[in-house]
Amino acid sequence: MTLQTDTILADEPNFATRMVRMLLADKFALCAAIFLVFIVILAIVGPSWLGELATKQNLRGRNAAPFDWERGWVWWMGADALGRPLLARIVVATQNTLMVAAGAVALSAAVGTLLGLVAGFSSPRVNQVIMRLADVIMSFPSLLIAVIVLYILGSSILNLMLVLAITRIPVYLRTTRAEVLEIRERMFVQAARVMGASDRRILFRHILPVVLPTLTTLATLDFAYVMLAESALSFLGIGIQPPEITWGLMISQGRQYLTNAWWLSFWPGLAIILTTMSLNMLSNWLRIALDPVQRWRLEMKGRKNG
Amino acid sequence: MADHLLEVRNLSVEFHTASGVVHAVRDISYHLDRGETLAILGESGSGKSVSSSAIMNLIDMPPGRITSGEVLLDGVDLFKLPPHERRAVNGRRIAMIFQDPLSHLNPVYTVGWQIREALTTHGADAATAAAEALRLMTRVGIPEPERSLGKYPHEFSGGQRQRVMIAMALALRPDLLIADEPTTALDVTVQAEVLALLEELQEETGMGVLIITHDLGVVAEIADRVVVMEKGVLVEAGTVREVYKNPQHPYTKKLIAAAPGKGEMHAPAARAEPVLSVRDVRKTYGSFEALKGVSFDLMPGETMAVVGESGSGKSTLARILLRLDEPDAGTAHWKGRDLFTLSPAELYKLRRDLQMVFQDPTQSLNPRMTVFQLISEAWVIHPDILPKAKWRERVAELLVQVGLGPEHMGRYPHQFSGGQRQRIAIARALALEPQLIICDEAVSALDVSVQAQVIELLDKLRREMGIAFIFIAHDLPVVRDFADHVMVMQKGDIVELGTVRAVFETPRQEYTRALLSAGLDPDPDVQAAHRAARLQRAAS
Repeated sequence: MTLQTDTILADEPNFATRMVRMLLADKFALCAAIFLVFIVILAIVGPSWLGELATKQNLRGRNAAPFDWERGWVWWMGADALGRPLLARIVVATQNTLMVAAGAVALSAAVGTLLGLVAGFSSPRVNQVIMRLADVIMSFPSLLIAVIVLYILGSSILNLMLVLAITRIPVYLRTTRAEVLEIRERMFVQAARVMGASDRRILFRHILPVVLPTLTTLATLDFAYVMLAESALSFLGIGIQPPEITWGLMISQGRQYLTNAWWLSFWPGLAIILTTMSLNMLSNWLRIALDPVQRWRLEMKGRKNG
Repeated sequence: MADHLLEVRNLSVEFHTASGVVHAVRDISYHLDRGETLAILGESGSGKSVSSSAIMNLIDMPPGRITSGEVLLDGVDLFKLPPHERRAVNGRRIAMIFQDPLSHLNPVYTVGWQIREALTTHGADAATAAAEALRLMTRVGIPEPERSLGKYPHEFSGGQRQRVMIAMALALRPDLLIADEPTTALDVTVQAEVLALLEELQEETGMGVLIITHDLGVVAEIADRVVVMEKGVLVEAGTVREVYKNPQHPYTKKLIAAAPGKGEMHAPAARAEPVLSVRDVRKTYGSFEALKGVSFDLMPGETMAVVGESGSGKSTLARILLRLDEPDAGTAHWKGRDLFTLSPAELYKLRRDLQMVFQDPTQSLNPRMTVFQLISEAWVIHPDILPKAKWRERVAELLVQVGLGPEHMGRYPHQFSGGQRQRIAIARALALEPQLIICDEAVSALDVSVQAQVIELLDKLRREMGIAFIFIAHDLPVVRDFADHVMVMQKGDIVELGTVRAVFETPRQEYTRALLSAGLDPDPDVQAAHRAARLQRAAS
């Protein structure tokens, strides 16, 4: 049924205003976007602003309970085992956490997608080589790879990012390849080929835009996974080393006090949950906003609310 | 009025969508007696399927809502029944068959299991169900019924699957059978067989049949009475002959006038130097021979229709000529050069001359590109055709040429109707200024009235721009008004090749004659004569 009428198209606003309007229409996505902007700002200014406070020990305030409104605002979330204010530590840890997670996710998504596109579109032999390579990575316990690589290369934020990226590549690779195999048989790809379009054009202009929504959703889910994997490595002593902090590291440090001081792990955990949830909501919105067939849902909603 | 088997009174259904309330059907009434066949005729979007979904309780609510009316089955209002009694009606008293049996049969169970399930859920024990399933399979004419019960749906051909669906529907001896476009996906010869089976079964069981279709031919073949729907409103009702011979409503008149196969036939000009000459093209997939040596010539500005049933190799031929598939043997000379030996660089240049319009424009247009992007992509790929500054102007020109407007440039394909989408696909093909366009079932997915418009457009392009067409279709009447030459294919072979007049008026081959007689004529009298002739041939 053709439900769309001429109303939407009366005059087409430019891309940016359109996106802003659609973001305003989806309240959840709007909150998520605001929260993420806030987190990014914290990541930029955090270490220089609260860095000193976050590492200063205060043994008299060990495991201080949260919600003590009489002390300064940095103490509102309580203090850790060495009496350092949790709120300040979370703020400071934002930078490292985001750098590792975003870096690893971006790298693995980019490499995985590219290899997946190639694997799905080229000769069976190239496809076989790429897929078996992915199998090798997948069949190897990822922590074991990480331990070996980090032991050889030495642990730094960059190396950590690399290792985490490598272990996550197969996820994107397999997803992309499976989708490419299906989409390349679709009629509009054939139509492009009849027009004489090159392979590169077909891959990037016709196939990639269809795969991309799936991949962004996957990437946001992976964000949480990578944060926790990073904390596991840190726990083993080959990830981020104290006095550097990340949210994942804070969770694993708080684990031994879980029975008597839950807040040590709870607050950084909450930070991870809120961040990934926001990312997920935003990617969900993006998927709809970038799809011309679905877009009307947001545009209609905006009209009703406004 | 309890003497009618089914009576629909003042039914209105609306759907609440984001862009407002859509009135799918408005205040329609019709009735059906035992042993009678009623056809609901309408084009896509006319609401013809909605009323039957209401009868079967298949409307999702929300977003759907039945705002008024009642559906009486033997005088009992189905809308007022409590849910458990309502469920007992479906299957037992009303059964339904669908357009695409493959998507309505569960692929992971055997056909026998599925028929038995229909019986056991309504209370038969296992042994009776097994015996009954075998009887039904035999009755609907499946070969080797006993062995076929153990087969999975994909192991049957399209026509056999539809027979299986019919067997399942008849398992509980329903009083009413609803058939929603039961033969649209089938070949003409198979379509005739399935319709004949339905008719036989109806005579045997005395059930009422409600058939939903867009095809006047199907109506003429099987129905006693017909109701015509347009945009949710019932515009005309009557016996088939009455409605066909003496239509009252302008929409019915338009629909009948649009039926293909009544115009003047083309008389092709004398044969000159062929622009495309195909010799002995062969292609096998594994052990299956898709093309067994196909040869023909095509003149500039001429239309060659390729007609055949599914599996005849006509689409393979199109794909090979466009080098989407590689042939195993043979040559195809386009202006003296063999298409099959071109290097990729030469092929790229040649793409400008040869273009294709696909069957389903919904799939052949990238849903994420605007009309402007879709059409101008041709010039991105072949930058020497047109400088970028002139793109907008030329796209507007092309859109006007195919009967759309420049204001459509910024829209996406899903905002158009099926016929408009096919126009966009044609505009895209024209953007490369080709000399040959291959249309692979380009009008099969469209409504009859839209079909006529698209064919008219193609004919205009041929006259004005001298473009040659290879026009692939499974339906003979469609090509009658448009083709210069007709090539009939069967199982990878050309069985008949000649001018359109020769093929339609004096077919030499038995297969061509079978195809011609299996095609359904919209005129009930002509169709009755066809049927008599067919039965006589079957008897002798």
